[in-house]
Amino acid sequence: MTGHDLVFVAVGLLTAGGAVFTVTSKNLMHAALFFAVTLGGIAGVFLTLAADFLALVQIVVYVGAVAVLFMFGLMLTRAPIGREALDGQNRGLAMAVAGGLFVVLSTLVIGAFGDLPTAEVTGPRIDDLGIAIFADWVLPFEVLSMLLLAALIGAIVLARRESGESGEELTVTRIEMAQDRDPEALEREQAALTSGSGGTGEEHA
Amino acid sequence: MMLLVTSGVAPYLAQAESILDVGDTFIVPLLLKLAFVLGIFFVGPLVAGYLEHKAMGRMQHRRGPVEAGPFGTLQLVADGIKFIQKEDLIPSAADKWVFAMAPGVALVPAMLALLVIPFGPGVFALDLELGLFYVLAASSVSVLGVLMGGWSSANKFSLFGGLRAGGQLIAYELPLILAAIAVAVQAGTLSLVGIVEAQAEFMLFGTGINLWYVIPQLLGFGIFFVAALAELSRPPFDMPIGDSELVFGYMTEYSGIKYAMYMLTEYAGMVTMSALMVVLYLGGWQLLPGVPLPGCEAAGGLFDCGVTGTLLGVGVMLGKILLLVFVMVWLRVAYPRLREDQLQRIAWLVMVPLALLNLALVTIAKVVY
Repeated sequence: MTGHDLVFVAVGLLTAGGAVFTVTSKNLMHAALFFAVTLGGIAGVFLTLAADFLALVQIVVYVGAVAVLFMFGLMLTRAPIGREALDGQNRGLAMAVAGGLFVVLSTLVIGAFGDLPTAEVTGPRIDDLGIAIFADWVLPFEVLSMLLLAALIGAIVLARRESGESGEELTVTRIEMAQDRDPEALEREQAALTSGSGGTGEEHA
Repeated sequence: MMLLVTSGVAPYLAQAESILDVGDTFIVPLLLKLAFVLGIFFVGPLVAGYLEHKAMGRMQHRRGPVEAGPFGTLQLVADGIKFIQKEDLIPSAADKWVFAMAPGVALVPAMLALLVIPFGPGVFALDLELGLFYVLAASSVSVLGVLMGGWSSANKFSLFGGLRAGGQLIAYELPLILAAIAVAVQAGTLSLVGIVEAQAEFMLFGTGINLWYVIPQLLGFGIFFVAALAELSRPPFDMPIGDSELVFGYMTEYSGIKYAMYMLTEYAGMVTMSALMVVLYLGGWQLLPGVPLPGCEAAGGLFDCGVTGTLLGVGVMLGKILLLVFVMVWLRVAYPRLREDQLQRIAWLVMVPLALLNLALVTIAKVVY
């Protein structure tokens, strides 16, 4: 086992560990943070495979943008600041689907590439990569950009629907504080809210 | 090692030699480089902070710090000792682990970004082929630390501060990267040392007059400077910690050493961003356009300088960095804070289109000439 293998195993364990905690943690924000760790770990895997450019793209796009947008969205919408458990009830089904996919994918990959000889990994130079993308593969590149642009415009159109079109509107926005962990107080409050007596849930703040 | 890539692309030094690569062992250069990066990371912000104290004081008809050390130079060291001694408060409702880790998540990328920045002829830890992209990637991770701090404090003001910081950093990262791409296009390389060299070789079209990129890319420099200010949440872009609205934004609940880590991140970011601007637009460690440093005329005035040439180069670089830091301080004193909606409007309706225009112009000029 070379040093390279050791680093690969360490980064792989980090990635896998982050992934496991992403799906097992009960706090949505913790899941998002572990997801960021997983994405960073994948960048590390790319690095050990001498794909420096891909690793940096992974960090800029996934850690710096996708994970940040996840957290941003969580904070903007439900805002469970502090500690709060939030758990989907589909644990068994999710495990079955994920386990099945894992078995299928690993069987396929090992079946397809398992008996290939191993070789020293060397990454391409960045200028070769640029020339490949913008000379040889420029058409697929542009088609892909059009696809992404269409998705972007579609998302904006969906988000900008006139009010009333997008279904029922929420009447009460409440920011849940961590002090609300007392379940009885929470129930009392929710009863008060549903009976329409107002209140913003800030009594404890 | 000179490499001609394709015709029309500037030749550049690939993987220039660092003067810290001494001896044949692996461990000595490694330790030297670590010491170099850590030294800059901890001393640079102190100097920048002292400059801010003094310059702000003078601009406001005060004297700034005078008691600690000669001319108050040790004020920030005294502040640091104070921060270490303070009680480490964690709100009872806070998510303790995330709360404790957040300043570190913000701090480490700021430290990592310094790895590739050249501070003089051969004075750098690493010359990555992807140096510019690496710096931008590292600085894009810092926002995670800010969001973590804002969320985990379990405080509405912190939450709002975190949200504002997230929105601001995402919005201004785009023009920042687009402006940097234009420089990379003109230089034909992503290596920061390579960009400095390309600037030394850039001549005004058809003449022998050497120009720094700030002249052909004045628009790009302006965009980069404003976006860098916003990325660092420096006034007039300090809405995330807007003290008149949000107490202290995402840092409200932080005290002691963790607060100091956030502040260190900000000032280290000022040094890093200024250094990046000097490298991208202001000719790096060149004294004047077209003037080689003494002792290294043979290598284009940029590399293999003697002791005096190297020291002069480092001095020139640090002088330019401090000049840009001074301008940032000046802007802080001169302008009031923007409103949150104005900030987003400027980013998406002004900065991004201008940055795209700049990139298009530079690309066309590059292809035509």
